[in-house]
Amino acid sequence: VQTETATPQTGAAPPQARRDWRSVLGRWEALLVGLLVVTAIWGQAISSEFLTADSFTTGSLDLAEIALMALPLAMVIVAAEIDLSVASVMALSSALMAWLWNHNQPIEFIIPVCVLAGALCGAFNGYLVTQLGLPSLAVTIGTLALFRGLAYVVIGDESVTDFPAVWTDRAFGNFAGTFVPNTVVLFVVLAAAFAVLLHATPFGRSVFAIGANEEAAYFSGLRVKRVKLVLFTLCGAVAALAGVVISLRNSTAAANVGVGFELTAVTAVLLGGVSIFGGRGTIAGVILALLLLGGIQKALLLSESISSYWIQIVTGVLLVGSVLGPNLARRVAEARRRRSRPLPEEGS
Amino acid sequence: MKSAHLRVLLAALALLAAFALAACGETQDDNDAASDGESTPAATEEGGAADPSAEIPEGLKTVSIPKQLGNPYEEFEHSGVDEALEELGGSNRISGPTDAGASSQISIINAAVQQDPDAIIIAGNDPDAVAPALKQAAQRGVKIVGMDSDVAADARSVFINQVTTQLVGENQVESIGKQIDYKGEIAILSATANATNQNAWIEVMKETLKDPKYKDMKLVKVAYGDDDDQKSFQETQGLLQAYPNLKGIISPTTVGVAAAARYLSSSPQKGKIKLTGLGFPNQMREFVKDGTVDEFQLWVPKDVGYLAGQAAAALVAGRITGAEGETFEAGRLGEYTIGADGEIVLGPLTTFDAENIDDFDF
Repeated sequence: VQTETATPQTGAAPPQARRDWRSVLGRWEALLVGLLVVTAIWGQAISSEFLTADSFTTGSLDLAEIALMALPLAMVIVAAEIDLSVASVMALSSALMAWLWNHNQPIEFIIPVCVLAGALCGAFNGYLVTQLGLPSLAVTIGTLALFRGLAYVVIGDESVTDFPAVWTDRAFGNFAGTFVPNTVVLFVVLAAAFAVLLHATPFGRSVFAIGANEEAAYFSGLRVKRVKLVLFTLCGAVAALAGVVISLRNSTAAANVGVGFELTAVTAVLLGGVSIFGGRGTIAGVILALLLLGGIQKALLLSESISSYWIQIVTGVLLVGSVLGPNLARRVAEARRRRSRPLPEEGS
Repeated sequence: MKSAHLRVLLAALALLAAFALAACGETQDDNDAASDGESTPAATEEGGAADPSAEIPEGLKTVSIPKQLGNPYEEFEHSGVDEALEELGGSNRISGPTDAGASSQISIINAAVQQDPDAIIIAGNDPDAVAPALKQAAQRGVKIVGMDSDVAADARSVFINQVTTQLVGENQVESIGKQIDYKGEIAILSATANATNQNAWIEVMKETLKDPKYKDMKLVKVAYGDDDDQKSFQETQGLLQAYPNLKGIISPTTVGVAAAARYLSSSPQKGKIKLTGLGFPNQMREFVKDGTVDEFQLWVPKDVGYLAGQAAAALVAGRITGAEGETFEAGRLGEYTIGADGEIVLGPLTTFDAENIDDFDF
């Protein structure tokens, strides 16, 4: 039975190695909850405005698009790939939206077209990775530049700002009189869908299997290439949706939206306990990490003395820390196991 | 494995809900406080129009939001806001984003509003992206002042414009005219051929030259240096070769005027061909000192910020509401009148010459 509390595993090591890493996983999420509490106390100490509805509303809006992109990105990273082009797909979607709006298309038509275009961008990434066997890191660094460049080709330096108020209010406003922004509701719906897809379907299990050991997955009959292609396509589609959301929320569609968002999205995913080497991670962890990032960002913004440069510094530290942390934890766990059970060989 | 994940997910969602509820508890108080605070100023605002003799309250708190941190020009500009607020017994805090993206100022605005300042002074990266956040701020009683680059007109009370197109054109022609005794051929060294502001200024210059005062001056060429130092340098060289009788050059771009000055400083015509333009004192100082350039012009960024700070204080005090025709005292800069659309123009360009250039460091 897995423990979710922070109780450390004392005494003898668990009988199975498999349960060992699962408890590490549980502990990672417990750690995030602990950090959230610390952030809440620290934030409240910085400003009495920290634990307020206002902070939640504005803070969650600041991260809304990144949060959306982090969901499919988490699945891509679980499959031991990466997609760094998400923010550029978002910009391309925003630019396409601007162009279509300038050509008198209704928003109801523009949104599906943009999402479809994003899916095509994602499929292009997926094609290069699966069919040509290129490393996704290199491919998506390339398309990071390519899609952003295309966005400038589509709309140039212009920005389009005359979207109908009905739609901009939908993206900016709160859900049914509460303080929860509509975009957060959209995120919760998508998060639930992705959680089910990753944790409760055969497709999700094959994602874990591919991430843990691609060759083994292939030889046990999983259609590795098709799964990866679907993941990249999903990533593109959701990034494009994020592009629509940010354009409507800011009443501004332009090619320069969200520069650098991919960094924060990757940080959220890794901080959420998704292993950069694939095979491990939960959507719940990613949600916790997003709350943590949002909380830290808000606290820094509310501080009267800390410059907003620190947001970047903290993001960077968290990114490195979230890669380093589990690694160290595993080494410590292994060392402890070896000490307590020196003789028997490790099984499986 | 499935159930474990499900449990973690449920825990995360429960936590999210808990946060939401915790925050919800505070919403009520918060909204009440906001509406309470709002009702009083709104009532006074609607009750009476501007009251020019209203006292400026003690301890004013403002937040000024630059386009981006780390830009020396903007730092200088916003130091003017600091100066104004200090003079009035209040305080200003500069809080800006680390990139100049359209939406990066939004989170800064939202956080600033939460700290309940009296006014926000902003140089907008994108006029429309920041508008919803600024309007929400205004609803909570925060006065909004735009400066340098405007935000949507309905999202701020007043806008501090450093200069108008008309003034740039007229001031620059007068600057070169008086240096060449209003006689002879002149040329313009611009940035790119499609730069909107440059072309608007050049249009005004051409109009101004039709004035009888300038009838003996002739504009022979508009050259384009593309705001590139090397290209501007070569274009200056080209102008001097093509027009041997050239008396003066106007270069209304900081890159162009510095490159032209560098070329002239090493040419035999140094000091004979006059040069004016829009330049930074720090870039132009050596050419003023070595006699290449007699004078050039620009607005003083610090004064833009100072005027914005003064306007913010006048708004908070109720001395002005942002309506056209209202006047207010802006400290060391004297009296200002609000123009159409809440625009306040800092004034004509400041002229820099050997006498005063050392007073400016930007």
